[in-house]
Amino acid sequence: MTADLMLIWPELILTIGGLITLMLGTFFGDRNVGLYQLSSLLTLAAAAAAVVALFGIETTVFSGTLSVDSFGGFAKLLIYAASFVCIIVAPRFFNGGMRAEYPTLILFAALGMGIMASSRDLMTLYVGLELNSLAAYVLASFMRTDERSTEAGLKYFVLGALASGMLLYGISLLYGFTGTTDFAGIAKVLGGELNIGLIFGIVFVLAGLGFKISAVPFHMWTPDVYEGAPTPVTTFFATAPKVAAMALMTRVVIDAMGPAVGAWQQIIIFLSLASIILGAVGAIGQKNIKRLLAYSSINNVGFMLVGLAAGTQQGVEGVLTYLLVYMLTTLGAFLVVLQLRDADGNQVESIPALAGLSQRRPGLAAAMAVFLFSLAGIPPLFGFWPKYLVFEAAVNANLVPLAVAGIVASVIGAFYYIAIIKTMYFDDKSDTEFPKGGGAIVEDAVITASALWLSVIGYLFIPVLAVLSASAAAVLF
Amino acid sequence: MSGFPILSLMLAVPAIAAIACLFVGDKMSRWVALGATLVTFVLGCIMWAQFDIGGAQWQFTERADLFGRFQYALGIDGMALMLIMLSVFLMPLCILASWDAIKSRVGLYMAMFLVMETIMIGVFCAQDLLLFYIFFEAGLIPMYFIIGIWGGANRIYAAFKFFLYTLLGSVLMLIAIIAMIHEAGTTDIPTLLNYDFPVQMQTWLWLAFFASLAVKMPMWPVHTWLPDAHVQAPTAGSMILAGVLLKLGAYGFLRFMMPMFPDASGQLMWIVFGLSMIAVVYTSLVALVQSDMKKLIAYSSVAHMAIVTAGLFAFNQQGIEGALIIMLSHGVVSAALFFCVGVIYDRLHTREIDRYGGLAVNMPAYALFFMLFTMASIGLPGTSGFVGEFLSLAGIYEASSWVAFVCTTGIILGAAYMLYLYRRVVFGELTKDDVKAMADLNPREWTIMVPLAAVALWMGVYPESFLAPMRGDVTTVVARLAPAKPAGDAHLAAGKPKAAKPHGETAHGSSHAGGVQ
Repeated sequence: MTADLMLIWPELILTIGGLITLMLGTFFGDRNVGLYQLSSLLTLAAAAAAVVALFGIETTVFSGTLSVDSFGGFAKLLIYAASFVCIIVAPRFFNGGMRAEYPTLILFAALGMGIMASSRDLMTLYVGLELNSLAAYVLASFMRTDERSTEAGLKYFVLGALASGMLLYGISLLYGFTGTTDFAGIAKVLGGELNIGLIFGIVFVLAGLGFKISAVPFHMWTPDVYEGAPTPVTTFFATAPKVAAMALMTRVVIDAMGPAVGAWQQIIIFLSLASIILGAVGAIGQKNIKRLLAYSSINNVGFMLVGLAAGTQQGVEGVLTYLLVYMLTTLGAFLVVLQLRDADGNQVESIPALAGLSQRRPGLAAAMAVFLFSLAGIPPLFGFWPKYLVFEAAVNANLVPLAVAGIVASVIGAFYYIAIIKTMYFDDKSDTEFPKGGGAIVEDAVITASALWLSVIGYLFIPVLAVLSASAAAVLF
Repeated sequence: MSGFPILSLMLAVPAIAAIACLFVGDKMSRWVALGATLVTFVLGCIMWAQFDIGGAQWQFTERADLFGRFQYALGIDGMALMLIMLSVFLMPLCILASWDAIKSRVGLYMAMFLVMETIMIGVFCAQDLLLFYIFFEAGLIPMYFIIGIWGGANRIYAAFKFFLYTLLGSVLMLIAIIAMIHEAGTTDIPTLLNYDFPVQMQTWLWLAFFASLAVKMPMWPVHTWLPDAHVQAPTAGSMILAGVLLKLGAYGFLRFMMPMFPDASGQLMWIVFGLSMIAVVYTSLVALVQSDMKKLIAYSSVAHMAIVTAGLFAFNQQGIEGALIIMLSHGVVSAALFFCVGVIYDRLHTREIDRYGGLAVNMPAYALFFMLFTMASIGLPGTSGFVGEFLSLAGIYEASSWVAFVCTTGIILGAAYMLYLYRRVVFGELTKDDVKAMADLNPREWTIMVPLAAVALWMGVYPESFLAPMRGDVTTVVARLAPAKPAGDAHLAAGKPKAAKPHGETAHGSSHAGGVQ
């Protein structure tokens, strides 16, 4: 027991740190932003350090319900990094309305996501997922007086509950027909003959998880929630939970359902192509930058699923690399959105208002252009590389039609990305002014660093990324 | 051939200058861009001088294992050398051509051109398939900005069409590249050139590459992006688009499709011939009825490129050498023609042919240069166009007399539309007042015209300077294609050599047929 506890330091740190942050807020008041922000950031840094310290250990704890491995470690580092940034950018956005619940909820969400990424059992999976979701519902409606924010929270909650229901139903079917909730045990049974109950179980579990990664046709909530939630929260939703849910989905598909390739592969292929195409088509005509980025995330999840559909180690490596690059790009893009304020200091979310941004804020527009071209996967920007990896995995796994369909659909996606660039660069200046300043140095630094990394510099890191993702992916095979 | 990384330097100079241009302000950025492109041009000349004709196939090779899965591998053969020379030669002229015409956001404009130069050099010298693809597709981004920001009235439509059309083509090539890497287990281009892919697979790979390169070329019927892009692009944008970017397609044919998939090339050559024949006649006829000068030249580019594709797929020394010379010649001549249009567009701000007339009276120097480039485009002996067209048509004839017949019609039509254009713009009565007021070439325009004219004549009078570095590479490709080559219908038979011929005739014959093995 104690030995097991020694291996879940990241989770322990997050739990304790979250409680401390909550107490700090309660005792010293919401005004002391610096205090609880610092404690939450320190918590995340400590948890990340613990993950790094545990790197290389491959084992399971608590009777095999939770794994400690580099796959989970990789995902956790991404999750903690995204949470870190989302806490830093918050105070400026809430502009005095910041409360201690915000960092606390993010910490608890990060805890839940860490458990998702390392679960090896349907029960821990569900606990992690719900811990994350409950925190996320509250975060979505964090601006209590804002109508859109409360609407987003409610919508997220109702649809999320529905998805949880489906997931639970699938879990109960899998448990009923296999007699175990352990991933390895389920895999053993799935290696034999499949009956209709098992197939239903697989379908429902994948549908429930599909909701979390917002794959089409379970994506309906995404644009509304992204638009309504406060921008730092949207930034959080678009990054950390995507990493966690994708990691979880990968683990479930490869670890628990691995032998039943025929059963899950078609579903993943369908989710993938539907997400790529609908994510691209749906984005055309969006006038709100946050809604557009929501569709972009749906679109990108589709590409990640191409790698997962391959079901090979190479495919999983592709998915992990994709997650990392996607997370950096999305963080950068949302940080740019956070900087877009008009002369009165109000957030600007309308795309037509961005017209001529390149003349008012050349640096910001250039960074955004880098992020968008990267999301579209146009070389030489680094967003090309993960796309290449997932398509390579698909081709090598003899899924050439999937690769061809996916890559042709990516051209549709390119259309709306370059349409925003057109607005920023080709159109005449809009009436909206974007005065400089007010942004934290950290924000600028993160934007600059990720933009530089996503331009050609990222390619120099391919060997490092390859080693990291390979060691993480190898755990599942 | 020393260890000096000249290719990396040529990539780095414009790239660094591009970053500098963003920060130094509008006035200064022009000089930075001009300086950087001139330095690159000088480096190119040094490279040409150092190039060992008849030496190793790949020279100036550099290799660094920077990217793990693929390599930073550079190196050039004769074909790449000539195309790099074309790019670095045109670049300073493009910068000069936009000296006064571009007034807004000059720094960004210059940066985009310099990035474009890096990308073009990179495409031609990449020795790694993935590195090639990255450069190949990266070219979309600067061109998108150049057309979209500094283009004409309908620039946004043109920029989107250009971007999406060419992207759709290239993604299919990416799938083919992945399949090739999977099959051959390497990304190294020289190795892949000698790898024998299974015949069945070759067909698919060939079609995927064709989808991409035909759009870049552009071949009929996927050429429709080109007239739009040209018409809307600023003058220098058109120059670089016609001068170098169109050559990427043909370069891809010659570098990848033909030597890597010889069997498929042999089986599917009818597609290329068929499309080329349609393109030559159809686009020439379309060019004949254009009222917009740039559009006319754009269509003529499609027609010229069709002769290039037909020449390449003749699978013999003359055909391929001729195609290469047309590529170089068209690179210079079409850039010059677009510049000629740019010169009068800057004065009158219209490209309508009917708005001009009688320019020979008040712009004699301009009329002279325009005449020279018109003739070079038609293929008058003594100009670069003649050498290329004659050689490639001779090659095509050997492969198929019908294709040669149809392509030759294109030459006649080419003369028709070019002369018709020239007559309407330069000759006739000088009646319009605003046209009367147009001044002749200024020193800057002279500086651009003279080198272009000199090269067009040089290539026409002594093409050997350009052919010699490429001959060995063409021979290699021809040898690689030989097993897959279908029998031609010309049944050429060597005549019995006579004992002694007059001196001039032998010299003439050997300069064209010298490379035939």
